[in-house]
Amino acid sequence: METEGKKRVWEEYQKEIADDHYFYVRSCIRQTFFPGSETTFLKILQNDLKKDVFEDARHTTCTGIGYHTDIVPLETTMTVIARHFALMTEAGYVNIIPSCVTSFGLYTEVLDTWRHFPEIEAKIREYLWKATKREFKVPENLVHTSDIIYKFRNRIKDLSKVSLINKKTGLPLNVVEHIGCHYSKMFPQSGVGGAEFPAVLTGMIEAWGGTVIDYPERRHCCGFGFRQYLVKANRGYSVSNSKKKFESMQPYQPDFMVANCPGCSMFLDRWQYTIAEMEGITYDSNGTGIPVLTYEEMAGLVMGYSPWDIGLQMHQVSVEPLLDKLGIEYKKEDKYLGSNGQNIGEPQKPMFLIV
Amino acid sequence: MGKLYDRLNQDIRFIEGLNGCLNCGVCTAICPAAEFYHYDPRVICATVQSKDEKMIEALIRSETIWYCGECMSCKTRCPRNNTPGFVIMALRKLSQELGYFTDSEKGRQQFAIKRAIGGNILRTGYCVNPDIVSPQMHPEQGPVWDWISMNTPEIMKKMGSNYKQAGVGGMRAIAPEVLEELDRIFEVTGCYTLFDTIEKHSKHKANELGIEISDEGIGNEYFMTVYTENNGSHNG
Ligand code: SF4
Ligand code: SF4
Repeated sequence: METEGKKRVWEEYQKEIADDHYFYVRSCIRQTFFPGSETTFLKILQNDLKKDVFEDARHTTCTGIGYHTDIVPLETTMTVIARHFALMTEAGYVNIIPSCVTSFGLYTEVLDTWRHFPEIEAKIREYLWKATKREFKVPENLVHTSDIIYKFRNRIKDLSKVSLINKKTGLPLNVVEHIGCHYSKMFPQSGVGGAEFPAVLTGMIEAWGGTVIDYPERRHCCGFGFRQYLVKANRGYSVSNSKKKFESMQPYQPDFMVANCPGCSMFLDRWQYTIAEMEGITYDSNGTGIPVLTYEEMAGLVMGYSPWDIGLQMHQVSVEPLLDKLGIEYKKEDKYLGSNGQNIGEPQKPMFLIV
Repeated sequence: MGKLYDRLNQDIRFIEGLNGCLNCGVCTAICPAAEFYHYDPRVICATVQSKDEKMIEALIRSETIWYCGECMSCKTRCPRNNTPGFVIMALRKLSQELGYFTDSEKGRQQFAIKRAIGGNILRTGYCVNPDIVSPQMHPEQGPVWDWISMNTPEIMKKMGSNYKQAGVGGMRAIAPEVLEELDRIFEVTGCYTLFDTIEKHSKHKANELGIEISDEGIGNEYFMTVYTENNGSHNG
């Protein structure tokens, strides 16, 4: 009975994900902190899966961080997003794929608001015309880039070189998955699996051989909170929320965490360092912390990409313990080299966190 | 000026965010802000719903409305499909329009956000880029970020980005004509009106407190004050 019920709920949240021809819009946070992830996403889509992904150099921020810190009015954000729809329309595309979860949530909110209030859409069309002389069609398919990797998870598995399995023990790795709040908490129908059973990351993890940890604070926010991180005086909020999650997941001994939101993956990485330095605590047994991957990095490793090409050296928590479990070969001495193999120095060692 | 409640009721997020709150407290149970601040979204909804002008005014002059993290976890759980996070957004907008935000320590931070994030969007076309995440302001980013900051162009190149160059790619330079389009959108849609309001009331407050404030940028005493000050009364 219980399984039946879950299946029914699940069926309500199967969303349509276009098969090809995507208009790609980047994430400010992703480009800043883990830029190799967007590069990896495009390589997998374009080179490995032979999909058509188009980027227009004229797209900008969606203003999402300004909107959610309340300095940018809704009308402004809607018009900036409408401009992206216009670029998409001009390029002849109908499927839009934002790389950022904040953007994805906002695009979803905008389309939902326009459906309920057509007069607002009309007003935004006027604003856009007045400001830029552009016009647009609303996208036929809006999905987050993690939905695309989810859709092709089995294709990726067929092409894969690495499984999420501990090479030494032969057992599946224990994975904590973290879904960005704005992926499906606002509009459950817009996320694969809804807000209760989001399947976008579990689908990837299970397809590639890992097991997913269910822990009490699994759905708790990472603590970004926009103004709560951006303003230095508020950062206690941000770190406290991540700490709550770390404490809750610790007993399940995760081998790594993976997130689908650019902000979350960065915070879950950096706050482990901060807590280690402030309190002398890590949430693993070796003092190195729990490695955090983006879903693009996880897919990249599964595809056999080099860890230093996809950008794992930009993480504060060392990924080497995870690479060792996966049986991935790497050269530690190459980790911090520049693009031509030149020496560009190395990060200093933290006081407490072992790297 | 119109009644505060009526003004809130013109905000689409308020209309969508509050459909009759039954005061069950489910939102408070799930709210990350309620866990770490003196904050209770159930009480916010009750206050607003009371339509008591005095109470609404006190609310938008208070610290309380600035505690929410806009995670929207409350939306998923509310049995009435309310979104206290949206109600908060409407309250914050009104608080800024009326200049009440400078009455609270957390509200005054809007000035820092406007200068840092607002300024960056218009200057670069990005909300956030490596230039504004300085290791001095962000010690929590750790030594790896220090190293990245010292080698940004090289590391961006290695990551396949098109750092500060024309054309497509990660962290590319956004062309001046594109920034002009953003500028016109900000003008037409009222963003500059909100920016000016934040500036005007912040300058007034800075003068009242005798703290130095500049016409632009983040290199002024008022910026650093609102960015770092925490009187310790917000939680615990
Ligand atoms: S969960 Fe909904 S109905 Fe319950 S107190 Fe919160 S807003 Fe009101
Ligand atoms: S949006 Fe605000 S009120 Fe709602 S759960 Fe998040 S922090 Fe709490």
